[in-house]
Amino acid sequence: MGRQGRGDAIIVSVRTDTLPATVETVIDPSRKRRLIDLPELWRYREVVFFLAWRDFKVKYRQTYLGVLWAMLQPLVAMSVFSVFFGRLVGISSNGAPYPLFVLCGLVPWNFFSRAVGSMTGSLVSNQELVKRVYFPRLIIPVSAIAACLTDMIVGFALLFAALLAFGSWPAPQVLFLPLFVLVMAASATGLGVALSAINVRFRDVGYLVPFSLQIVLFMTPVVYPGNLVPPFWRPLYSLNPMVGVVEAVRWSVLGTPADWVMISISTLSSLALLVAGLAIFSKSERAFPDLI
Amino acid sequence: MTDTAIQATNLSKAYRLGVANNSFPTLRDALASGARRIIHGEPDLGRRNSGDDQFWALRDVSFEVRTGEVLAVIGPNGAGKSTILKILAQIVEPTSGRARIRGRLGALLEVGTGFHAELTGRENIYLNGAILGMRRAEIRSKLDEIVDFSGVEPFLDTPVKRYSSGMYLRLAFAVAAHVEPDILVVDEVLAVGDAAFQKKCIGKVGQIAQTGRTVIFVSHQLPVVQKLCNRAILIGDGTIKADGPTAKVIETYLRTITDQAAEDLATRAVRSGRGRVRLMAIEIEGDTSVPTSGQRTRFRFRAAGDQSLVDCSFTIYDEFGDAVTSFDSAEHSDSELVGDSFVCEFQPLLLRPGRYRINAALTSREGALEDHVEGAATFDVQPGVLGGRLVNAEPGYGSMTMPHRWTRGT
Repeated sequence: MGRQGRGDAIIVSVRTDTLPATVETVIDPSRKRRLIDLPELWRYREVVFFLAWRDFKVKYRQTYLGVLWAMLQPLVAMSVFSVFFGRLVGISSNGAPYPLFVLCGLVPWNFFSRAVGSMTGSLVSNQELVKRVYFPRLIIPVSAIAACLTDMIVGFALLFAALLAFGSWPAPQVLFLPLFVLVMAASATGLGVALSAINVRFRDVGYLVPFSLQIVLFMTPVVYPGNLVPPFWRPLYSLNPMVGVVEAVRWSVLGTPADWVMISISTLSSLALLVAGLAIFSKSERAFPDLI
Repeated sequence: MTDTAIQATNLSKAYRLGVANNSFPTLRDALASGARRIIHGEPDLGRRNSGDDQFWALRDVSFEVRTGEVLAVIGPNGAGKSTILKILAQIVEPTSGRARIRGRLGALLEVGTGFHAELTGRENIYLNGAILGMRRAEIRSKLDEIVDFSGVEPFLDTPVKRYSSGMYLRLAFAVAAHVEPDILVVDEVLAVGDAAFQKKCIGKVGQIAQTGRTVIFVSHQLPVVQKLCNRAILIGDGTIKADGPTAKVIETYLRTITDQAAEDLATRAVRSGRGRVRLMAIEIEGDTSVPTSGQRTRFRFRAAGDQSLVDCSFTIYDEFGDAVTSFDSAEHSDSELVGDSFVCEFQPLLLRPGRYRINAALTSREGALEDHVEGAATFDVQPGVLGGRLVNAEPGYGSMTMPHRWTRGT
């Protein structure tokens, strides 16, 4: 199905009359749709790069502090939460210093909520592209999440700097951290992609999402430990994919004990979310230009 | 078969009126119709509309384009030309039918797609190039050529939000023109910028065509079409009306416009609107019986039916199908709401000599379209005198003139 992206320029330049044109596109509304066309996405990877790069460039243009904002926000949130929840309320942090504990929750949570938020509006805010050029539509939300990666990397750098400042050293299980980041990216992608598609038809989603994310923040162990939730409710609680991610990030960075049942449930929930999100997206994709 | 670049078979595209065009479906509607279905067991009427409120932008269109052919798609506004291009460019999905495309297809449907105001000219070249299907290395190698063509070099590192609209369009076209796909699809984007740049753009398309690439070109500018294309397809009402050598198809096109206009307005079947009031005849008379530049001219629209609370509007098009100007009695009406005819008087007529066509419509005050006829009349304007100066019949110098005075001094 897809059009040729990379590689064809070489073919074009050596093409002779005896050689048939190499790419064939078939446009047929009755053709079967795959959940995700990875080879096609791969051919268009430069578009993902440029769109993400554009979002990144535009984000901090005409700001004085620039990328420092990515560091300032979690730092301020960490301080405020440490004072109120750590000191005044005295929430347990499973033995770790509360600022580190809360930062371990904030960095992944900020990524997740920003990624989902910006993916939700991505198709609508790029409607000029949707209406006028062809490329796999999935590229638009995917590049939106890619643009959030830099903030997350800055966030993790901050986390490790804070860890060293508190005189500790990351545990060996920190090597598993990328795996949990991947799980988190999968759940954010699944949710964001589905919401972006639904937002094309029902703009209500644009209003619903920011406010729902605020609520989900409290259903995620960011300011409190997961084991504060009564054991009976934990399986249900863990359906929130971010529950497992935050617990697992704490385990791998701080070495605090982890509830593997919760992490497993959350991981499965993430994967289910990814598949469902892609299915919703590919099913509604063809109607985008008519509806947007 | 290897020299077939595009094979389209029975392409059709239906739009649902009232949903795609008028309003967004809201969540509330969806919930309400879902609830109705559950409570009353009603079928979901919102979804499965058949017949009435469907609009077929394209119906069973089949054609073939050979590699290296330069094909023009012509036809009146709303005939379905753009829909064909959008289907070929994979932007919209056809409702039925299929198309096979051999080779990389690049579509220039609108200049400047994906430009971002905050980014600099250089950054936008990369971004736009990637969106249009170029690889980074390819863009880098063509950067100088693109910059050169656009002529915005001194501003390359300035955000495009500070560009003039002319610079913006020039840069956008320059990027698009350097994509070099196997099949190039161009939609009227050439009509950008000043005359000199337009000429350059058309020259570029001609140059691309000469390199043996397949080009599909949609335009209203018939002289340009004639010059660039060896074959043309005429689209009308969503179907192919003619297909063949450009000159022949253009001839057919101009004849259909004239024929349609000659057909008695009262009995014309091709019209839209609710129909409570209908246009019966249009009389165009000058002081010397034929409309003449610089003279008083009256357009009389005769209507039949319930004419109270109805307004009349019309648009004048030149012979290439470009709108020249438009008038609406709702905006400037001195007349009372009685009588079976609407008269629009020009004192004097400021059209240059040439052939014109009008689309006319009657609209009720509550906003409903009562009657709309494309090509409702065709008329020729004769050379005349305006303010003591002769208005010549030389073609190619536009459609309008205006009272003026020349002086000379130091």
